[in-house]
Amino acid sequence: MDFEFTSEQKVLRDTVRSFAEKKIRPNVRTWDAAGTFPREIFAELGEMGILGVIFPETYGGAAMSYVDYVIIVEELSRVDPSVGIGVAAHNSLCSNHIFSMGTEEQRQRFLTPLASGKKIGAWALTEPGSGSDAAGLRTTAARKDGGWILNGTKTFCTHATVGDTAVIIALTDKADPHHGCTAFVVEKGTPGFKHGKKEDKLGLRASDTGELIFEDCLLSEDNRLGEVGHGFTDALKILDGGRISIAALSLGGAQGAYETALQYAKQRVAFGKKIAEFQAIQFALADMATRIQAARLLTFQAALRKDKGLPVTKFSAMAKLYASEVSVWAAERAVQILGGYGFVKDYPAEKFYRDVKLNTIGEGTSEIQRLVIARHVLKEFE
Amino acid sequence: MNVLVCVKHVPDTETRVKVAADGLHLDLGEANWVVNPYDEYAVEQGLQLKEKLGGEVTVITVGGDDATKSLRQALAMGADKAVLCSDPAFEDADPWSTARILAAAAAKLPCDLILSGKHGVGGDNQQVGSLLGQLMGIPVVTVVTGMDLEGTSLMLKREIEGGTEVVKASLPCVISCQKGLNEPRYPSLKGIMAAKKKEITAWKAADLGLDPATLAPSFQLKKMELPPPRPAGKILSGEIPDQVKELVKLLHDEAKAI
Ligand SMILES: Cc1cc2nc3c(=O)[nH]c(=O)nc-3n(C[C@H](O)[C@H](O)[C@H](O)COP(=O)(O)OP(=O)(O)OC[C@H]3O[C@@H](n4cnc5c(N)ncnc54)[C@H](O)[C@@H]3O)c2cc1C
Ligand SMILES: Cc1cc2nc3c(=O)[nH]c(=O)nc-3n(C[C@H](O)[C@H](O)[C@H](O)COP(=O)(O)OP(=O)(O)OC[C@H]3O[C@@H](n4cnc5c(N)ncnc54)[C@H](O)[C@@H]3O)c2cc1C
Repeated sequence: MDFEFTSEQKVLRDTVRSFAEKKIRPNVRTWDAAGTFPREIFAELGEMGILGVIFPETYGGAAMSYVDYVIIVEELSRVDPSVGIGVAAHNSLCSNHIFSMGTEEQRQRFLTPLASGKKIGAWALTEPGSGSDAAGLRTTAARKDGGWILNGTKTFCTHATVGDTAVIIALTDKADPHHGCTAFVVEKGTPGFKHGKKEDKLGLRASDTGELIFEDCLLSEDNRLGEVGHGFTDALKILDGGRISIAALSLGGAQGAYETALQYAKQRVAFGKKIAEFQAIQFALADMATRIQAARLLTFQAALRKDKGLPVTKFSAMAKLYASEVSVWAAERAVQILGGYGFVKDYPAEKFYRDVKLNTIGEGTSEIQRLVIARHVLKEFE
Repeated sequence: MNVLVCVKHVPDTETRVKVAADGLHLDLGEANWVVNPYDEYAVEQGLQLKEKLGGEVTVITVGGDDATKSLRQALAMGADKAVLCSDPAFEDADPWSTARILAAAAAKLPCDLILSGKHGVGGDNQQVGSLLGQLMGIPVVTVVTGMDLEGTSLMLKREIEGGTEVVKASLPCVISCQKGLNEPRYPSLKGIMAAKKKEITAWKAADLGLDPATLAPSFQLKKMELPPPRPAGKILSGEIPDQVKELVKLLHDEAKAI
């Protein structure tokens, strides 16, 4: 067992950190206030290889490990979780679904432009009437003229407006959603496919979240991703990896909030002392540091298991549950440590407080993670 | 053009430095160690020359095994080869010994140009590049902020007090690089993956024909201390004309600033 990064991983961490500090940090407040998706940053991330972290070089990817991927998402999210979630949704949901379930031809056609950063990916499972109960989806795909015709609406889809390529889970057999869903790849510009309203959100405001609308959208058989009827189980497999990236997103947000509080506590004077000298503040900082480190270890363990091809469902759910809850708790503590300054936009604490809340909701709420974990631990004692 | 770039593995400039209990070393805590920022300009310059003229960029460092990280970073940026000069005898190397080690290594690595940073942060000696040129008997140009190739010579801009000096130097030579020379690139993820596969050659004193006995530091460190804490500022009071008089008097007599 070894908890040290390799030299290459340290170079990777320093590179992404330095990029985030120089190119992202100065713009975070502007993007947040206006709700702007930073296209130019995604173009640069694409050039660096960050939009194809985990895919083979044959498809324009960087062929890095999941551990490396966690390092990247954490470092980006430490400065701006909006950028972190974008990189996560693009890599581990959209692109990874195409890579994992696609044919060689589909990988060449759809994955290569995504992994090399020329296109932005979206992945849509959630619908207005179905989130946690993903099998309650209503979007349908029916066979027509040797292809498929899609109808329905997806909601809360990351990159709904700015995305070029989307993976959609649709119902192909209404009688049995668990075995009657199928995934499709849809490209921007396909007739009958458009984006709907863009959400005005509490946090992650520089991330683009919105609706996707399908009205008699005709797709060819080449757009079908994976086996007919495997869409739901495939989506769950993709979420196993996706949740590790939400854990990494949570780590970054928690770390960013913690560092803000730490710096502030060492400067702010009250009652003639630096507030960092008060035990109440010290204990809060100590608990933040400890819980964040615990979350980090869970996250890297899940990532390492994924790299080794070991089962990860329970481990990624644990990492996601714990890291996301820690991020919400730590960001609240950070606001508290900053007092009135934690409540205003001059300091990053209030933004982290708003941004991290998504972590306990997206890619399965905390309740759903607990269901997943409970199912596993109960089975272990059967 | 084949370029040799000297890089040093140094603590991040954000490190909070404390003097260790023995009063002779620095306690750097859990400092993050990085490529000396000025050496990044040198690596970038080497890569730009290679992209324009062909050839290879070799990076070299004198340091412990952990300095591998800085070599990997330079390789990830695009350098072709790396050499780690590491030996227990090099541990306390002063600038003179470091330059001797580098000169011995450079003799085994024929190149057209040697680049270094203007100084290594932390040690702040500003000597290694110049000593290296001296030992090799080739020209040295320091604090360079601009570089153009003209035939077989380099036209170089160097920063001097209150202005810029333009210098022509023949190759081979040693150039020490200053901020402003270029904008160092970020390593790409593919670059980082490729760096994993590039070999790092390790040379010890014996490989370089150096007698460890001759590498003992030429000076002895007696004591290290932090500068005294800055005294609290003085706030003058009273009528403005009196305050001005008092201020001028203090600046002259006490601060000796005017
Ligand atoms: C910013 C953002 C980005 C998103 N990006 C994407 C994306 O790219 N693609 C995508 O498909 N989706 C995306 N989503 C959707 C997200 O995955 C869902 O919001 C999430 O799964 C929760 O679903 P819901 O909103 O319908 O809540 P519901 O499922 O309606 O849940 C409401 C509450 O009920 C609880 N609950 C539900 N069922 C149970 C149960 N059985 N036991 C106990 N409690 C339960 C939940 O935990 C929650 O607290 C995104 C959401 C947001 C906010
Ligand atoms: C929206 C808003 C409206 C406001 N309206 C008003 C108003 O109308 N009028 C007005 O006068 N003020 C107002 N305030 C200011 C508010 O009352 C202060 O922000 C609050 O008293 C905290 O002070 P502070 O921000 O200076 O934090 P600090 O006092 O600097 O506290 C920072 C942190 O240190 C902790 N701390 C401080 N001392 C100790 C100690 N001895 N032991 C342990 N922990 C300690 C605090 O609990 C906090 O976590 C407002 C603030 C906001 C955000």
